[in-house]
Amino acid sequence: MLKIADRTYQSRLLLGTGKYPTFEVQKKAVDVSESEILTFAVRRMNIFEETQPNFLEQLDLKRYTLLPNTAGAKTAEEAVRIAKLAKASGLCDMIKVEVIGCERSLLPDPVETLKASELLLEEGFIVLPYTSDDVVLAKRLEQLGVHGIMPGASPIGSGRGIINPLNLQFIIEQSDVPVIVDAGIGSPKDAAYAMELGADAVLLNTAVSGAEDPVKMALAMKMAVEAGRLGYEAGRIQEKNYGVASSPMTGMITS
Amino acid sequence: MKIELNGKVHELPEHVKTTAQLLAFLELQNRIVIVEINQDIVLKDKYESHQLNTGDKVELIHFVGGG
Repeated sequence: MLKIADRTYQSRLLLGTGKYPTFEVQKKAVDVSESEILTFAVRRMNIFEETQPNFLEQLDLKRYTLLPNTAGAKTAEEAVRIAKLAKASGLCDMIKVEVIGCERSLLPDPVETLKASELLLEEGFIVLPYTSDDVVLAKRLEQLGVHGIMPGASPIGSGRGIINPLNLQFIIEQSDVPVIVDAGIGSPKDAAYAMELGADAVLLNTAVSGAEDPVKMALAMKMAVEAGRLGYEAGRIQEKNYGVASSPMTGMITS
Repeated sequence: MKIELNGKVHELPEHVKTTAQLLAFLELQNRIVIVEINQDIVLKDKYESHQLNTGDKVELIHFVGGG
């Protein structure tokens, strides 16, 4: 069971809602993923264009926790403004703090992320910062009182998977709040790997929405997260350099 | 009156005087929408009472797909 602040979830897969080919595909993907936490972005309405259907308005909101992000923010102040707007919807009090510090890599700005997290905690939000995979930063965020840490596996949307498993492991081992590996997941093996490292959950978007068959990939990711978690709980064997026979070495028929 | 709506100047008809009337005029009263006027959030229970003024900077915000 995943526990964030005072909420508990069966699913350890958090799903983003961006860039699906159609709403129909998206609905099915969300459904088969069995995700209970969905991320959204906060934007101006296109009021001067013809009304377009909105995915959120088609969801059974009782079934999901909405996790809006502060994407688009470059400073702590901008992130706080976006978070407050999201909360004013009356639909959510959880926020994914996302303050981008590098336009090209889309890597987060650690200083502004820390500042934004502090301000949002003061405002009473459930704060989940998207951070780089820096164990010291993760600890500093935790000391502020954030409700979870979301280190990136690799740059957003890159699909490069886990490029620094050691750093993620450091964060996971020392953290007393849930660690949700966010960003960069490309395939089910990445999701399973993150969970095997001991992550509490995985957040991904493009890996599903950009797949040739997003619905099938959503199912694959669900199974990968479950398999990785079970593997972690089961405790894997030690790696060795040489072979160790699985069959008995006694009672051999050959001489 | 003239207001700035999501970054563009917009002339409102005479009868639109409150936030609630603005949302009704734009046919957004039943949508998930967040209202910010001059960088202050206007909560739902204030829609009826919050008067619009000429030159107000109104932002109508919603949730879109994102990761």
